[in-house]
Amino acid sequence: MSPTLMQTNLPQQNPDWLQKINAGGQAVWRATQWPTRKTEHWKYTSLRTLEQGAYLNNSGILPAPEIQQALRGAFQIDKLDAYCLVFVNGRYSALLSQAQNLPDGVDLATFAEASPTQLSLLQKYLGSVVENDQHLFAALNSQQLQDGVFLRVGKNVTLDKPLQVVSVTTPQVEAFQAPQRLLVVLEPNAHATVIEQFVSDAQKQNGFIHSITELCLLGGARCEHYRLHLEDAETLHLGGVHASLGRNANLQSFHLALGSVLKRIDVVINHNGEGAHCQLNGVYLPRLNQHVDYHTCIEHRVPRCTTEEIFRGIIADSARAVFNGRIHIHPGAQKTVAQLSNKNLLTSDKAEVDTKPELEIYADDVQCSHGATVAQLDDAAMHYFRTRGISRQEAEAMLSFGFINELINVLPHPTLIDYLRPVLTQWFARDPALVRHLI
Amino acid sequence: MILSIRDLYASVNDKPILKGLTLDVKPGEVHAIMGPNGSGKSTLGHVLSGRPGYEATSGSVNYLGKDLLTLDSEARARERLFQVFQCTVEIPGVSNMEFLKASLDAVHEHRGQAPMDAVSFMKKAREICKTVDLDQAFLKRGVNEGFSGGEKKRNEIMQMLLLEPKLAILDETDSGLDIDALQVVAKGVNSLRSPDRAFILVTHYQRLLDHIVPDYVHVLAGGRIVKSGDKSLALELEEKGYGWLEGEVA
Repeated sequence: MSPTLMQTNLPQQNPDWLQKINAGGQAVWRATQWPTRKTEHWKYTSLRTLEQGAYLNNSGILPAPEIQQALRGAFQIDKLDAYCLVFVNGRYSALLSQAQNLPDGVDLATFAEASPTQLSLLQKYLGSVVENDQHLFAALNSQQLQDGVFLRVGKNVTLDKPLQVVSVTTPQVEAFQAPQRLLVVLEPNAHATVIEQFVSDAQKQNGFIHSITELCLLGGARCEHYRLHLEDAETLHLGGVHASLGRNANLQSFHLALGSVLKRIDVVINHNGEGAHCQLNGVYLPRLNQHVDYHTCIEHRVPRCTTEEIFRGIIADSARAVFNGRIHIHPGAQKTVAQLSNKNLLTSDKAEVDTKPELEIYADDVQCSHGATVAQLDDAAMHYFRTRGISRQEAEAMLSFGFINELINVLPHPTLIDYLRPVLTQWFARDPALVRHLI
Repeated sequence: MILSIRDLYASVNDKPILKGLTLDVKPGEVHAIMGPNGSGKSTLGHVLSGRPGYEATSGSVNYLGKDLLTLDSEARARERLFQVFQCTVEIPGVSNMEFLKASLDAVHEHRGQAPMDAVSFMKKAREICKTVDLDQAFLKRGVNEGFSGGEKKRNEIMQMLLLEPKLAILDETDSGLDIDALQVVAKGVNSLRSPDRAFILVTHYQRLLDHIVPDYVHVLAGGRIVKSGDKSLALELEEKGYGWLEGEVA
């Protein structure tokens, strides 16, 4: 273990129940071997940036109200009517948040403001899905945890508007860390949309976000979940989404990551009840010298569950992407249907992607497929565009955008499609003329 | 003269396919090119549109006074050469509308015209949709995404109507079409027929020519034109097949 990083301090003044979680996280953190390039799950992702910066020495601070106000533009989604809870540099901003008039049967609270009944549920479920000893940065998150968001939707209740949880960063005098935590519990046949949005203001950032989301879907619950990593390129982010799906639960989870100096997201889906279904889609877009790493793991623990997973990436310039997609079918998980596809587009000779689908199957009556491709743009498609007068450069931009847009277009919320399309076109728009037809 | 091909030789993956093809197309004319499978019909279209891998090894192609073979595919399109493809690609992430606007703007820009504003463009696109009997919803769908064979062909004809080419090459556009779709294709072509435009119809069967009446019919065999005639040649071919022409193949 890197000695300087080991010397993290526990947060002060936490209530007893949270202190226990902090201590538990710290114990795992200290006991774990610091990952190096020889550690299997960190083979292609170096933590050197984190080791070099003094991120762990300082915590995020809630800036002055006028600075908070100025951050509004960084996360606003046009025409989205949502319950919105905002954290600035890891601290809850009451000023930017609004979550009034919740329907009956719904609890939505920050950890700090949770009522005694909410606290007892929170304590029951927090940490019940994520395995700290398997995920070092979940252990760090537990260790540093002071606040977070708790959503419970009661049996047969539909959350009438999406929940938008925002993490926005703005630079501090010294590099800092900001923990983010979200716990969602959907009781039997409950339904909710959850949008997690990670953004930063226009300045050069010096924050390190470690974020853990736990989604607990009980029998028949449905959730549309988005995790959008749109932070500035200097932001470090190590985080994960950990879900437990009960009988016939249905999770649609969409992930998007623009590149940054270090970005690593672990997505772990546990099929714990028969008949559960998960659609897991993701897009990653590193460029320049950026790095994005998605490690996904689907645990099929029981029979008759289905998974469809599609991740696509475009890697430009000297950027690097890592995709590791594991599907683990446990003994007895018969009649599982699981499909995994990972397609990558390299737009430069110096771009690199390391993709590895992993199937581990211990049941004999299952349907599983996986495929990973690394390619350049399709020649036939290029030619088709050019025979219609479209220049090679514009055709490249349009086809690259189309490759990603296939996953954006099918999102269940049109307001998010409208929000993400300009984000994507701007990402491709080194020369705005090349994407003028895509807006 | 719109197109003048002289003694053209072309190879695909180093395999010679066209072997001395000569053809002149004047404004206002419709030429049908027929021939047995493997005679080089589709290759001719691909060489003219500049498809990578289809290499002209000797001979010349003059298009509207320019050496066509030195132009990029997009430059050929901007000079208003249009190919209706036999097989089109599907691009699910780019909408037809975006694609058509990009195409039209590129052609207009080349001609020194200002891009059409969005409202006028939509109006025009909707009108053309109606002409080719395609629901307007197709404009919002991905390029050719999930289109049936007939819908793909109508979409090609729609692009042709939008871009108003000087020379259009229709490659086996009739294959796999039902009679309704065939009539839509024919209507599209016939509506564009004018004294300053020309068409080359590459086809295996005579039936398209019932709907688009050609001025000339050529038989392509062994990589060159072995017989030319008027529309009655197509009927003769329909009756006799291509076997009687084998002696003409060098």
